[in-house]
Amino acid sequence: MSTITAEARLAARAVSRAHSSVRLRRYLNTAGTLVLSLVLIVWTIAPIYNMVLISLEPEGDVFTDHIWPRVPSVESFWGVLTQGHWYLEHFWRQFANSLYIGAMVTFFALLFGSLTSFAIGRMRLRHGWLVSNAALLTYVIPASFLAIPFYRIMQNYGLGNNPWSVISALVAFATPYAIFVFQEYGRSIPIEVDESARIDGASPPQIYLRIYLPLMAPALVAVGTYALLLAWNEYLYQFLLLSSKSSMTVPVALAQFLSSDQSPWNYMMATAIIYALPPVAIYYAFRRRMTAGLTVGGVKG
Amino acid sequence: MDRASVADVARPAIRWRTLSRSLRGGLKGGEYAWAVAFVVPYVAVFLAFVAYPVVYGLWMGSEASLYRELFADPIYQSTVVNTVLYLALGVNVKMFLALLLSGFFMRPGWWMKALLLIFVLPWAVPQISTFISIHWMLNGEWGFLNNVLYTLFHVEGPHWLNDRWMALGAVIVSHIWKWTPFWTLILLAGRMAIPLEIRDTAKVDGATGVRGFVYITFPLLANLYLICTLLSTIFLLGDFNAVNFVSGGGPANTTHVLATLGIRNAFEIAQPRLGVAAVMSALPLVIPLVIVLMRKLRTAEVQL
Repeated sequence: MSTITAEARLAARAVSRAHSSVRLRRYLNTAGTLVLSLVLIVWTIAPIYNMVLISLEPEGDVFTDHIWPRVPSVESFWGVLTQGHWYLEHFWRQFANSLYIGAMVTFFALLFGSLTSFAIGRMRLRHGWLVSNAALLTYVIPASFLAIPFYRIMQNYGLGNNPWSVISALVAFATPYAIFVFQEYGRSIPIEVDESARIDGASPPQIYLRIYLPLMAPALVAVGTYALLLAWNEYLYQFLLLSSKSSMTVPVALAQFLSSDQSPWNYMMATAIIYALPPVAIYYAFRRRMTAGLTVGGVKG
Repeated sequence: MDRASVADVARPAIRWRTLSRSLRGGLKGGEYAWAVAFVVPYVAVFLAFVAYPVVYGLWMGSEASLYRELFADPIYQSTVVNTVLYLALGVNVKMFLALLLSGFFMRPGWWMKALLLIFVLPWAVPQISTFISIHWMLNGEWGFLNNVLYTLFHVEGPHWLNDRWMALGAVIVSHIWKWTPFWTLILLAGRMAIPLEIRDTAKVDGATGVRGFVYITFPLLANLYLICTLLSTIFLLGDFNAVNFVSGGGPANTTHVLATLGIRNAFEIAQPRLGVAAVMSALPLVIPLVIVLMRKLRTAEVQL
């Protein structure tokens, strides 16, 4: 009897020791997660907090040494929205320019990309691989490396200070990604769908419009957001090709602030925040699609 | 004789038909015309806005004397050092952090999901906004960083952007800050794509923690990691914004990289050919990268 109880007691003690070591490990695990999370949050938020902090300073109070807004004021946001500073006199015009360029780039990248991938992937155009390789090559050439010759060419065409010069450059750089994603995504749609429509007498444009585009809707959304954000966030080409105050876009205007001697930092940061709101909203709204589309073939490698 | 002449007459026609069929790839006449018409817009865009600038650029930078002038320029010499450092540290530190963090974000629970939403913020906010903010943050007198150092520790911080190495470091850290979330998400998707059975079997066989990572996860992720590293190298080589807005190439043109030096030569000192030459000097690195990437990407798949 006593040996049995002793054994049971030993076993029970071993179990409780194992339990406590598990508990300890779980405790350490949670603590580690918390510490790492805290570090990540501070690291991630700092530059964004700095942006908000300065934008909430009343005018002239930017050169201070405190790390939280002492007298928060939305004066600078109001100044941007009402174009109340001489630097901001064309703000809404510039905002509209950004929007226009973004919309045009999205439209043409989707149109050219879907037409090309339809002809190559669905209609099996001979030597279509040449076109897809050209597209792939464009995708892996750094755009900034072509900026100087591109600028010269646009000057020769007489397209200096014209939004269409920017649009054509950005379409040229966004479409390859579109072709790539569309072709890969199109493989999941059986080719028999097209063939049966063909037998029923549908012409290629009808198949493209009625069958191909509706089935490709998820890919169109992913590539559309990609192209829109590419155009909205792009700086170098817009800076080089758009020079007048009424034709430039928000990022170019923002950078002009920086180069002046007396930068009104609170207005600048308020502008930067307002400019950042649309893309942030789009990122969070289309989060799933974006990350899926942006893996550019990586995932299955 | 009669027969032979018939065959001789008929042969060119047959040859012509097979030739045109092989060109069209089995498409009927009308359909072939449509297919060509569908490809024409993109081909036109490619020729006018990619191929033409490439050829024009090659022509602009084709004189050997340009390179003699360029290589003798001390600004160019420091630019090459900066570019190599920027590539080596920017790409590898970022990718390694992304690899570790993607494992961290595999943990279950609502807290990790919420944290991930905050964590992707640098990627979502436009580059110009954040880089301008970082530029002001690092201001020696009124910057947020030095204010924090003074308030918390009573330490007078240095003028971060007035020293070449600190300014270059600031650029690299800004790049890592901006792009780690994006590559973390991609590697996270790669980890999620590993079938659950493999992970479970590995766990049963005792491959957990570090051993599970070394023997199971990393071999399965290695190809993706390589593609991401190569892509990130080429993206970073073409990166203009981080340098231009965080350090502005300063102090005294000591923190330029090839992409910003090209623009500076072309537009600030108005020597476009010298600018093209600066960019072209990266070709010995770009060409092998492009060839390897084209091969890797062609066989890859997209998940939506």
